[in-house]
Amino acid sequence: MKVSGILSIKPGDVITAHPQQTIQEAIGILAARNIGALLIVDDVGKLVGILSERDIVRKAVMHKGVFDLPVAEVMTTHVVTALPQDDLMSVAHTMTEKRFRHMPILDSDGELIGMISIGDVLKAQRDKYRGEIDTLETQLMADED
Amino acid sequence: MSEVGTAENPLRVAIIGAGPAGFYAAEHLFKQKMAVQVDMYDRLPTPFGLVRNGVAPDHQKIKSVTAVFDRTAKKPGFRFFGNVELGRDVSVDDLRDHYHQIVYTTGAQTDRALNVPGADLEGHHPATEFVAWYNGHPDFRDLQFDLSQEKVAVIGIGNVAMDVARILCRTPAELAQTDIADYALEALSKSNVKEVYVLGRRGPAQAAFTTPEIKELGEMEDTDTFTISDEVELDSLSEASLAESADRGAMRKVEIIQSYAQNQSTGKSRKLFVRFLVSPVELYGDEHGHVKAMKLVHNELYKTDAGSLRPRATERTEVIEVGLVFRSIGYRGVPLSGVPFNDSWGVILNDNGRVIHPDTKEPVTGEYTAGWVKRGPSGVIGTNKPDSVATVDLMMADLQNGRYLHPTHPEAEAIASLIAERQPQFFSYADWQKLDELETAKGAELGRPRLKFTCVEDMLAAVGKA
Repeated sequence: MKVSGILSIKPGDVITAHPQQTIQEAIGILAARNIGALLIVDDVGKLVGILSERDIVRKAVMHKGVFDLPVAEVMTTHVVTALPQDDLMSVAHTMTEKRFRHMPILDSDGELIGMISIGDVLKAQRDKYRGEIDTLETQLMADED
Repeated sequence: MSEVGTAENPLRVAIIGAGPAGFYAAEHLFKQKMAVQVDMYDRLPTPFGLVRNGVAPDHQKIKSVTAVFDRTAKKPGFRFFGNVELGRDVSVDDLRDHYHQIVYTTGAQTDRALNVPGADLEGHHPATEFVAWYNGHPDFRDLQFDLSQEKVAVIGIGNVAMDVARILCRTPAELAQTDIADYALEALSKSNVKEVYVLGRRGPAQAAFTTPEIKELGEMEDTDTFTISDEVELDSLSEASLAESADRGAMRKVEIIQSYAQNQSTGKSRKLFVRFLVSPVELYGDEHGHVKAMKLVHNELYKTDAGSLRPRATERTEVIEVGLVFRSIGYRGVPLSGVPFNDSWGVILNDNGRVIHPDTKEPVTGEYTAGWVKRGPSGVIGTNKPDSVATVDLMMADLQNGRYLHPTHPEAEAIASLIAERQPQFFSYADWQKLDELETAKGAELGRPRLKFTCVEDMLAAVGKA
């Protein structure tokens, strides 16, 4: 299965924020959308970072006024991205090994087209194995008939 | 009117497309603790979608999944309306007038194009058309494939490419044990094909086909199968990724692929070459506009940031002579009239199975999708079961929250009489069962699993509907 298999059932707009917005605003979006990370884009929509719950927690430990900081000071700027045609299993491996819970997806022109979460990946893996088991069970049943 | 899902007011669902995703959705609907009626539609008179028209005829065991679908079809409240097409005989509005919920399970019916110079030459076909042809799909039975050619290329390396290669390489005796369409059996019996090349862009560790498929290629009666040592030796990236994945299935697959590089010709009539790390870059034609050769570029693999191994063209090219080319490089759904479509992925525009309005991005009340037209073509037949179950679970949640259609004619007879008026030659499940009996009886006379009807008129005549 490819990354596009997840994007095809997740058509919603990618949820983004700008680096100059405050953390207060950013967590407002996270809470309202019930998500764990925001993609941070500049004025022309180019991906410049990712802001996860974890980034905020990490910053809050050292900085009591974290809510008033601009997103730019808290976000992760080194963002690993994937292509829609990437193998989902390889991407899953990378996310697990590097402990990323979210991965933005860019098209071949570098345009941001979506994001997948570790939850999406786990669900896809679960369904893949369930499907294989079900196929084998069906064939065993047919053999018995 | 009483609550939806009671004996007086059963939940009425229309499923469009009688393939695996449709049957799995129906099965899960009948498991709900409420009164449910399912009407399943298909544009063909026959049910089972790709199980009948896609799964290779020499894979009868895979086709045995239809026994499970049969059980669903026997549930009280299930009806089949075959030979009824959405957009031709009924519209989405008609369905909204008669059902509380609609599920689209029409599959991925078309294939991706090959964008190289010469792609429009004669003798280059989508593999889907060949598959539908040898399986006796009524829309494809009249196609012609030039089997007088000696050399054939199959572009792509998934299970469909494997199927096509195998069917081209099987002997008439092998094919005669299957339910392959009779005209295809005849044409393939006269085939002049001597060499078949299956062409994969990436290496053996990334091949999409499964272990039984590659194993089977080495067990054909009159075909020797080969791979090329240089192409099947793993590069360091593939080796590392295979070791990391610890996927024993993938390792076994690579071992089998590599073992074919040691094969010597045993004098069998046909040769099958499974090639890796090559991409077609141009098709060359003869003076009649018929394909005669193909230019291949050799690829190397590189690792993307996300960890996936992708092919990249090198300077090295080669030209192979081929007179017939099949492409099997991905599939797409076909837009349905009146249903939002996501052109990027070739699927119905949906959020986990809820059809989405293209402008508001909000769910379209009462409309859902499952299977390949929801998520794109991936997995095996059974993969559609969790997919359909997930969609039906959303349907149940929406029903609970009062989000469903309020049809003006929810009674089962109303839509039945509308269909009888618009398409008097519709096929019921009983009609299909009669056809099924005729096909298997005719097949039994010849020692074959079944002899398929391949033409809609013949199907209608066989059940007295002509």
